[in-house]
Amino acid sequence: MTPSRAAFAAILARDLRSELRTLQSLPAMALFSVTTFVIFRFGLDRTSLSGSLAAGVLWATLLFAAVLGINRLFVAEREEGGFDAIRLAPIDRSVLFGAKVAALVIYLAALELVAVPIFAVFFLDGAGGLGPLVAVLLLADLGLAATGTLISSMAVNSRARDLLVPLVLLPLVVPLMIAATGATEPLLALGGPSYHRFGTWLMVLGLYDLIFGLVGYAVFDFLLED
Amino acid sequence: MYGKGLKPLSIATVAMLAVSLSLVFFYAPLDADQGFIQKIFYVHVPLAIVALVGFIIGGIFAIAHLRTNNRKWDAYSYVSIHISVIFGVAVLITGAIWAKASWGHWWVWDEPTLVSFLIVFLLYATYYPFRYAIEDRDRQARYASVFAVTAGAFVPLNFMAVRMAQSLVHPRTFATAEGGMPGEMMLAFLCMLVAIGLLWTTLVKFELTAKSASGQVKRLRRALDAPVAGGSSRIAPEVS
Repeated sequence: MTPSRAAFAAILARDLRSELRTLQSLPAMALFSVTTFVIFRFGLDRTSLSGSLAAGVLWATLLFAAVLGINRLFVAEREEGGFDAIRLAPIDRSVLFGAKVAALVIYLAALELVAVPIFAVFFLDGAGGLGPLVAVLLLADLGLAATGTLISSMAVNSRARDLLVPLVLLPLVVPLMIAATGATEPLLALGGPSYHRFGTWLMVLGLYDLIFGLVGYAVFDFLLED
Repeated sequence: MYGKGLKPLSIATVAMLAVSLSLVFFYAPLDADQGFIQKIFYVHVPLAIVALVGFIIGGIFAIAHLRTNNRKWDAYSYVSIHISVIFGVAVLITGAIWAKASWGHWWVWDEPTLVSFLIVFLLYATYYPFRYAIEDRDRQARYASVFAVTAGAFVPLNFMAVRMAQSLVHPRTFATAEGGMPGEMMLAFLCMLVAIGLLWTTLVKFELTAKSASGQVKRLRRALDAPVAGGSSRIAPEVS
């Protein structure tokens, strides 16, 4: 195993272990999303959703739940001196970016494992569209994790930490949300899933992941300099 | 030191604006469909193009700052984005007026260019709270540059996604208007584009000059208050 890959595995394992022991983010994210579904049920006054309304409710909820986790992503590094340790360690700093993106993807996948079935039970008539939805969820998680990690690492070193993440992240993920809802909408359509422009939207999601993955990888070094 | 060339540049901008505006109002023909209100096109579209190019230029300055670690480029990047955000407000207001006059509504969600521009504007509007939430000066400059680079990459992607979200049957108003634009209109439009571009450059230069002058005054005042304390090394010209 190369040093970079060992460092990547070590940071990722530490992140997952501390989340498993403290359970700081994940239960809050899951609880938040279920409560938000209930609020949407009364806000929209609908007991079943389909098509664009279903896609909108699902993605708005997942996005805001993700913001909760993104806010806390680097808190431990900041408070316990993890940034200094990474700076001292003889490894490439981008490894921290990669490991944090991977950790965030795992958190988001875990959140969706809970939130999406509950969403289906609450609002959907059939579960036919959920299979192909996995591809949309995974691609969107990657993009959300790349931008989220980048913004979170900057916001954690500022005065207005909890304010900056939603403020800067939300406009930045608008294209991602356009593509994700565009792909989800026909899957949850009334009368069974269809695949209208499904591949095109997946390609947009992939492009977003690629661009912001590369941008994050390229600029992350500068965020750790001090 | 930034003031050099500011006067001829300002004169050129005013002259170009005067020539272009007279071309717009007295030379370019009235639009057959929309009549006089179509003249706002000659202000709205160049403003939008210049603002977007300004955002990209801010990103390029930010890359220069990250590569060279020279604070001058951070000031350039900040001022470019600052002037472009101000132009962005003008773009949204003129766009709303044009939409009201030609479609009857202040805001039209079907027009992808306008919607994309709003999203880009919202992102860049967060540049200020983001920048001023970071206290350490070096870190502030570096993080602001990272923001400018990321947002610069976001601009084209956002335009693509918003355009794709429209149903394919919706007519592309601007594309057809520009494609079939008569020569006189095209000339007036291009002159306005150059004039607004010059205006942007002048404002950026003016803002940089003002910032460097006020920085110099501050340093001189500090030197007067405490004539011996500290070295003279702090008198290095810095803009920010």
